[in-house]
Order: sequence, then C-alpha cells, then structure tokens
Amino acid sequence: MEVKVLGACCGNCSKVVSLIEDVARENGTTLAVQQIGEMREIVAYGVMSTPAVVIDGKVVHAGSVPDRGKVEAWLTEKQP
Amino acid sequence: MTELKLSQRALQLPGQYPRSWLLVAALSWWMAYQALLPASEAVVAALPVDRDSQLGAALQFFVYDAPKVLLLLTAVVFVMGMVNSYFTPERTRALLAGRTEGVANVMAASLGIVTPFCSCSAVPLFIGFVQAGVPLGVTFSFLIAAPMVNEVALALLFGLFGWKIALLYMGLGLTVAILAGWVMGRLKMERYLEDWVLEMPKVVAAATSDLTLPERIQAGIASTREIVGKVWPYVVAGIAVGAVIHGWVPQNMMAAIMGKDAWWSVPLAVLIGVPMYSSAAGMIPIVQALLAKGAALGTALAFMMSVIALSLPEMIILRKVLKVRLIATFAGVVAFGIVLVGLVFNAAL
Repeated sequence: MEVKVLGACCGNCSKVVSLIEDVARENGTTLAVQQIGEMREIVAYGVMSTPAVVIDGKVVHAGSVPDRGKVEAWLTEKQP
Repeated sequence: MTELKLSQRALQLPGQYPRSWLLVAALSWWMAYQALLPASEAVVAALPVDRDSQLGAALQFFVYDAPKVLLLLTAVVFVMGMVNSYFTPERTRALLAGRTEGVANVMAASLGIVTPFCSCSAVPLFIGFVQAGVPLGVTFSFLIAAPMVNEVALALLFGLFGWKIALLYMGLGLTVAILAGWVMGRLKMERYLEDWVLEMPKVVAAATSDLTLPERIQAGIASTREIVGKVWPYVVAGIAVGAVIHGWVPQNMMAAIMGKDAWWSVPLAVLIGVPMYSSAAGMIPIVQALLAKGAALGTALAFMMSVIALSLPEMIILRKVLKVRLIATFAGVVAFGIVLVGLVFNAAL
C-alpha cells in the first residue's frame, strides 16, 4: 500500500504523517509515508486544500487532519 | 458489546443524540456565561486586595475577561466549525465558477469567511479556482477575505470590544476584499500567473457530498480543539496586557500619535503592518493597548487588517504561482484598500 501525504505547510501535514505511521505501527505493519511538498504534484491530484491523504493513487481525504478512526479504517481495509 | 470507558461513551453522545447534545451544550454554555460576572467579583473579593485599587481593578478585569473571551471563542469556533462543514473549497468553487464579476466578488468575499482555509492551502486552492474558470479577481476577493475576516478575529473583537466593533471589522474586511478583488480583475493580470499554472488542464467544478449532523458536530468539536487549543495562551496573555493597561497606564498616551486628527496615522499604521505578520489572536493585545490609550478606531483596525491580511510567508508561498509583479500589485491594492477604509471610517465617526 502506497500512502502519500500532500502538503507543504504548517504543522498539520507532519501531524498527519506521524498519525498514519503511529496507527500502522499499532497494527503491526510498517509503512513508509511519503510527504509531498512540491506544488505541481499536489495540484496534479486535483486537491484544493491540504493536508490531503492519497492511498494507492486515490485521494481519500483532503482539507484537515483526519481523525484516528478514519486512518484505522483505511489501513485495515487495504490489508491483503 | 465491548466495554467502553466513560469518556468514550461521552464522545459517542453527539453521534447518538445530536440535537439533544447541541441543546444541552448551548444551555451549559449560556449558564456558564451568565455566572461569569458574579463569579469574578466573588473571586476578587476573596483575595487580599483592595477592590478599588489599581491592582484590584486589573485583577477583576482579568478574572472576568479571560474566561469570558475564552467562552466566546469556544462558542464561535465551534459554530464556525459546523458552518464550515457546509462549505468546502470544492463547493465554493462550484458556486463561483463562470460568474460575472461584481456579484462574484461579493460572493467570493462572503464565502471566504465561511469556507475553511489553511493559508498553506493558498496555492492549491488558487490553482483549483483558476482551473475551474473562476475569474482571477474573484479568486483574489476570496484570498483576501479568508485570512482577514476569520472567526478567531471576530470572536476576540466581539469578546473584548463588543459586537459593534466586531461587525464593523467584518464589514470593513469584506469591503476591502470585494473592492481589491474587483480592481485586480479590472487590471487583467492573468498573464502574470506563472506559466505552468496557465498550462494546467481545465476542470469542471463539481460539489462534493453532504455530511450528517453528527459528522458536522464532530467537525465543530475538532475545530474547537484545534483552534482554541492553539490560541488560548495568546488570548490569556492579551487579556493580561489589557488588564495592566486597564489598571495602570495613563490615559491618552497614544492619542497624539494615533488619534483621529493625525490623518497620516492610517497610512503609517498600514505601512508598518504590511511586512509584519501575526495571527488575529496575537494582534488583540496590541489593538487593545492602542484603543484604550486614545488611538482612533479606524487606525487600530486598519493596522490589525494590514498585519493579518498581508504576510511575508503568504507572499513567499504565492510566489510559486504568481509572478512578482502580480504579487506586488496584489499587496499594493490591498494595502491601499485598507488605508482607504481606515480613513473613511475615522472621518465618519
């Protein structure tokens, strides 16, 4: 599963990264979360507000720090 | 059913009984608010301080105002958090795409107040608007209104200076956003967008799906936690400053410099404010100090607006999508608008 966090900014984007990595660790998986700060790439996803989360190429969340429940749902949903 | 802790059960309440939860929350808030004045007097009476002394006056001010402003801030941020859930950037864009300017500027500025917007999202949002065919000037109206007329500024102004001043700030802010955006549109500066922005594919603006009431409440709670959690130290510090001024600083110290008769104080204040940046919460102690000691209202508000609306970090971020000439024009038009608004206001009062 490929997880990217889009955002160039303020603390929020790094918060999302640590949140996702925390939840992954709790579930026993290690996940490398990529943080994308480059504007062109962010815009290419059609995202208008950061932080945004992209899983396997699809934008699953944008505009705020997602709550823990949502992150858990994404990570468990995708387990093979 | 799994065993849940009391706190987890409490967190589920808004989800299970949203309307009742809202009612109880509103009532509790109201009761706390009404209890503030008598409670603050009681606290100060219990302390070994003479109520009529300067220390007594300052203490009463602080003990009353700090919880009062924090309560107001919580209420406003929560309500705005819920309102924001009705307005996403996608929906705002859909509402604005292709509209004629003038009306669109007014809509954009108004939407800027209620659409949630983190300043680092300025670039993706800007590009998203441009791609969907929102006119440049209209996008600017949005970008000016959003940081300047934010709920924290309004809540704090309301709590510390009354609803008239809060409403005034909002009105003036909207005016600057609408006019400046409209002027930017007339200047036809589309060619000063960075080339890669102009080359981006066009999109059709489509609104996204709706949230349920419990989800909106969660949005309000999350917003409150985040914003009040970040801002309360500044608010308390700001009120402490206000308390000191209230008790000790002599009157009219600032009147000579920033009073109504010194017309040049407005452009000067705006000029000083442009390169400065602070959040709304940080500005409040300064505005309070200025006002309490004789500064004209128009000057103080103009200063606050120019500090918040024009920030060097934001200009640097916008440099990725706008050429320097466009950024400079943007800053100039906004600064000019703020000066105008400050002068008119001082003259009218």
